[in-house]
Amino acid sequence: MIKLEPRGEASITMSYVSPVLAGILTLITGGIFFASLGHDPLYALSIFLLAPVSDLYGVAELSVKAAPIMLCAVGLALTFKAQVWNIGAEGQLLMGGLTASAVALLLIDVESGWALVPVLLSGMVGGALWGLLAAWLRNRFNANEILTTIMFNYIALYILLYFVHGSLKDPDGYGFPESALFSDSTLLPILLEDTRMHIGILFASFAVVAAWVFISRSFLGFQIKVLGMDSNAAKLSGFKHKRLVILVMLISGALAGLAGASEVTGPIGQLIPSISPGYGYAAIIVAFLGRLHPVGIFFASLLMALIYMGGELAQIELKVPLAVTSLFQGMLLFYLLACDVFINFKIKMAAPKARQSVESA
Amino acid sequence: MANDNVDLAISAGEIHALLGENGAGKSTLMKMIYGVTKPDAGKIIWQGEQVTIKDPSMARNMGIGMVFQHFSLFETLTVTENIALALGDDAGDLKQLAQRISTVSKQYGMELNPDRHIHSLSVGERQRVEIVRCLVQDIKLLILDEPTSVLTPQEVDTLFVTLRQLSKDGCSILFISHKLKEVQALCHSATILRAGKVTGECIPAEAGATKMALMMVGDDTPISTDYPKSSGTEVFLNVKGLSQTSDDPFGVTLKDLNFHVKSGEILGIAGVAGNGQEELLAALSGEHLVASANQVSFAATKVGLLDPRARRELGMAFVPEERLGRGAVPEMSLVDNGLLTGFMQGLVHLGFINKAKTEQFANKIIDQYKVKTPNNRASADSLSGGNLQKFIIGREILQNPKLLVASHPTWGVDIGAATAIHKALIELRDRGAAILVVSEDIDELFLISDRLCAICDGEISPDKPTPDTSIEEVGRWMSGVFDESASQSPSQDNSTKLSAELI
Repeated sequence: MIKLEPRGEASITMSYVSPVLAGILTLITGGIFFASLGHDPLYALSIFLLAPVSDLYGVAELSVKAAPIMLCAVGLALTFKAQVWNIGAEGQLLMGGLTASAVALLLIDVESGWALVPVLLSGMVGGALWGLLAAWLRNRFNANEILTTIMFNYIALYILLYFVHGSLKDPDGYGFPESALFSDSTLLPILLEDTRMHIGILFASFAVVAAWVFISRSFLGFQIKVLGMDSNAAKLSGFKHKRLVILVMLISGALAGLAGASEVTGPIGQLIPSISPGYGYAAIIVAFLGRLHPVGIFFASLLMALIYMGGELAQIELKVPLAVTSLFQGMLLFYLLACDVFINFKIKMAAPKARQSVESA
Repeated sequence: MANDNVDLAISAGEIHALLGENGAGKSTLMKMIYGVTKPDAGKIIWQGEQVTIKDPSMARNMGIGMVFQHFSLFETLTVTENIALALGDDAGDLKQLAQRISTVSKQYGMELNPDRHIHSLSVGERQRVEIVRCLVQDIKLLILDEPTSVLTPQEVDTLFVTLRQLSKDGCSILFISHKLKEVQALCHSATILRAGKVTGECIPAEAGATKMALMMVGDDTPISTDYPKSSGTEVFLNVKGLSQTSDDPFGVTLKDLNFHVKSGEILGIAGVAGNGQEELLAALSGEHLVASANQVSFAATKVGLLDPRARRELGMAFVPEERLGRGAVPEMSLVDNGLLTGFMQGLVHLGFINKAKTEQFANKIIDQYKVKTPNNRASADSLSGGNLQKFIIGREILQNPKLLVASHPTWGVDIGAATAIHKALIELRDRGAAILVVSEDIDELFLISDRLCAICDGEISPDKPTPDTSIEEVGRWMSGVFDESASQSPSQDNSTKLSAELI
């Protein structure tokens, strides 16, 4: 009989091995899944995971997809460290995209390159305020942030749809629910010619480094960690619980808002009804896959971006539905959670034994 | 190794003490007898036959009962329901069981109403539930793990009466303790453990307390004797008319508390846990704000509405009861745990942590308070209770507080560490700090306090200078009898009388 036995002490090795193991198990299961659909599993997996980045254009696309995920995940990791379960990056991203679009449309006739600054800042403010709302509800009414942030995601989506079908719709757009194209001055500069690689990936990389410094070096970062690990100690030491909750939600919201702003001013170039294929949700998986550590998140974001691209390519090449992206994301999270059990437990093979008494526990 | 070649023999009807410091291996030994853990080598002989005790249910069927230090009772269930749960299939009809519970409890002088809910019982009564649970079965050996640590001196007397009667009826008792006076008063024989080995066996009534203490701690540990008392100077902490209704249904309401602590003195508050200590301490630390600012003041400043941070800035330091999970973050290193409350010692510059200074601060605590740790990166939960407590107390004292509030400062700490902690507190007092110690350990309070009072059911007793009071009087305060005119009633049982000097 196989038994799980507590290790007594969390295994540090296992906490790094677990994401790798989860990745391998996802590949194996994915292979079986492709095989059952009648595809050669190795070929299908190579289409899914290698073909997308086989050329420079692919690599550039990878950065386009990875940037918003990374921005969201870095912010989420910060809230998760404080045991604030912000599931609302998606909504914060949408609000950021919406406010940035509104400002970009206001500045559509401005030619100065500086016009981009208020656009991006307004995106950050939009996302931050959306996050602040959930923080306030938690502090004031003790409302569970998991529920409120999920609900705010839908509210954000419908507010965006309201505007994209209403006042932000392009008057010359033949009634399509799309805004006018933004002027070049409010579009993110392209880093690599003939690709869509924009400076959003630089913002994301900067956020990774800044978050790393913040969490490991600043006293606020220390307080956030203490709050998450041991809220009683935080309280006794005089750390201000509510202010820290507000702070992490503001930062996380602002980063997600920046991701939204970078999407509308980057690859999209206008406001459309669907500005995110679920980046905010994917970022939750990425944050955990990266062990809430900025460097881990950097690599996990690239992997997640690859799954997005692989899903699109598999749709074209293998004629499988786009849902394969969600399938791989789901498997990855599922296996990660399963493998994480082994951080605190080990497997023990034991002969079947008489029932254990409750008291021996 | 938790237990190394230990021999232990108990005859029928014998009360046998198992003495030793925390970590000496007492718990491991009794867990083996109760079938929780298995010995690697050696034999257990039960009534002349060699047995292998597979699990606790087998131990129970053999007639071995055990009362753990931490009770496993469900607060929202009645006494009968709790005992029925523990007995499992043997419980039978609840009405009959209730009948049996009242018969057994009366027979051994432990009044217990089987229909009461656990949350309405005092700690002493809860312990009775645990003991009665063992007695309703046919019991031959009763193991008690530190049973007196949660009782008032009077409750201890009652417990001892019960145990003596049990022994007369032929039941053997294994009494685990580190309190020598109790062992001397109650036990027929004693086995002393140190670092997993038997270091001596004796008849407690004949062997001196000092001799037993030396067997417990070894020759190299200094055992403190007496500290000079002090009367303090100006009032620093002043609590006036502090009343507070608890939000927690099982919490204690504080009723019009009035007391003060002067700079340069130690006030000790005795009391059995759960009588309002937690609520009082939270009101002092600022974790729970009181109704109006003037209910708590530090010198001339009214602090009742200030948060813990602001109170720390005014010179408060705080040693909570829970070392891990309030006093220190379990998974964090000692360096980080130093920063936890030491951040006002110039360890943070412009919002960033000064790594070098933070390390220095942690090293200073480790050096000055002789914290045994491999290095300053060790996590708080890897330290033994005594070492972590030395670290926490050192961290608070090194901030030069004007007021130190310490809750159960030596709970679960070995004698060596306890002595070091007592010395540190006395030194801090002599430097002019006001110190408030809340403790369940009455011997400790008599040893270090300059003045004493007690808390019972959210009310505080009058206080008296330590030399002017007695264990009996503080014991009465602990049980809620505050009447000062009450004459010193002679102790009913001389053999259980405790005296103020510690070993």
